Amino acid sequence: MKYMDEFRDAALVKKITAAIKNRSQKPLRIMEVCGGHTLAIRKFGIPQLLPSHIELVSGPGCPVCVTDRTAIDRVIAFTRVPGVKLATYGDLLRVPGSESSLDLEKAHGADVNIVYSSLEAIEMARANPNRKIVFTGIGFETTTPASAVAVIEAAKLGLNNFFVFSMHKLMPPAMDALIEQGIRIDGYIGPGHVTTIAGADMYNALVEKHKIAIVVTGFEPVDLLQAILMLVEMHEENRAGVEIQYRRAVTVSGNPKAREMVSAVFEVCDEHWRGLGKISDSGLRLQRKYKAFDALQNIPVDVPQAFEPPGCICGEVLRGISRPNDCRLFGKACTPANPVGACMVSGEGACQAYYNHG
Amino acid sequence: MCLSIPAKILSVDGLMAKASVNGAIVNTSLHLVEDIKPGDYVLVHTGFALQKISEEEAMETLKLLAELDQGNENTML
Ligand code: SF4
Repeated sequence: MKYMDEFRDAALVKKITAAIKNRSQKPLRIMEVCGGHTLAIRKFGIPQLLPSHIELVSGPGCPVCVTDRTAIDRVIAFTRVPGVKLATYGDLLRVPGSESSLDLEKAHGADVNIVYSSLEAIEMARANPNRKIVFTGIGFETTTPASAVAVIEAAKLGLNNFFVFSMHKLMPPAMDALIEQGIRIDGYIGPGHVTTIAGADMYNALVEKHKIAIVVTGFEPVDLLQAILMLVEMHEENRAGVEIQYRRAVTVSGNPKAREMVSAVFEVCDEHWRGLGKISDSGLRLQRKYKAFDALQNIPVDVPQAFEPPGCICGEVLRGISRPNDCRLFGKACTPANPVGACMVSGEGACQAYYNHG
Repeated sequence: MCLSIPAKILSVDGLMAKASVNGAIVNTSLHLVEDIKPGDYVLVHTGFALQKISEEEAMETLKLLAELDQGNENTML
């Protein structure tokens, strides 16, 4: 078993597609809230396999896409502080800030370094004792443990030149906010790897509150179609609840070790999301005891409130109100080579996924 | 960056492992997982193994799908 080909099997795809066609009667609007799903749905042409009354819409699931523009400006401002060396995941480089991007700053000589893992940032701090390493902590439940490990390692090593700028976010509060805003969602394709870490139980409150159907899903075509079939069945039977399609990687309680590290290092705070605005208890910041590693507390920069680029409707795309091709800049002024908004930058952004895969 | 890929563990050295992703060898941290040995499949995300993949559950899912009742044959494409 390689956990890939088996879940791309054409005969199984056909079979599940037929079952969906057979069982689905009522119109159904499903949202995926993971950028990995957005990409897989487009890449494998899933919408073309479904009856026309089943609509798939993308939500706020790509970490760089939902990062507020002011936060991008802040990262750029950090690179302008003397002595700072930035360590960042590559996705962030081309996201446009108000006047610049990390890519442009790097071209003009800023010390911007791409890391694949948070531990590379720790290595960088050890190798450069006279520099301040700022690591951009970005991502949802899946990525936060990597930042927690880095902070714990930095403390163990007694580093005084390693700082995290936490832009980490939590998925359930955003899923709640969308429903609260009145956006029609009949079911969620639940984010697979977010739930690998956090556990399917984390959606219980959401289900209780909104009587919504959530199916935690894997990333291959068979996974996605099986999840849609499960959502169809829940919808036809008017059933709310959390079900797990992606059983090979997800349990109800998640990964206890990863969760422990996250709760040892971070605490919940309010957070601004691009398109969704401020959502209570949807972000994570470093706890007081780790304040020595908090970039916000140790490297002061002054950053004014930023505004979205004119014409870009990323905010509506991220809430499932508009589709990328509703944007008049889509494919014209805004392309992956020249992104205007954040949703065109990452391969998991809805605009880029639509642009590349139709 | 949400992407996590299945990788086969080749060797383990303390908290670091070498894993194979479709033949390419990657370094993987084992800080977040326990009891990982060569031959296991794990999900790798930003250089960290997130979870061991359960072969048992994968087989069970595929078995259920193989037995799936498609419904009325006439309405099939
Ligand atoms: S196409 Fe470009 S400008 Fe339009 S919403 Fe998407 S990212 Fe924004």
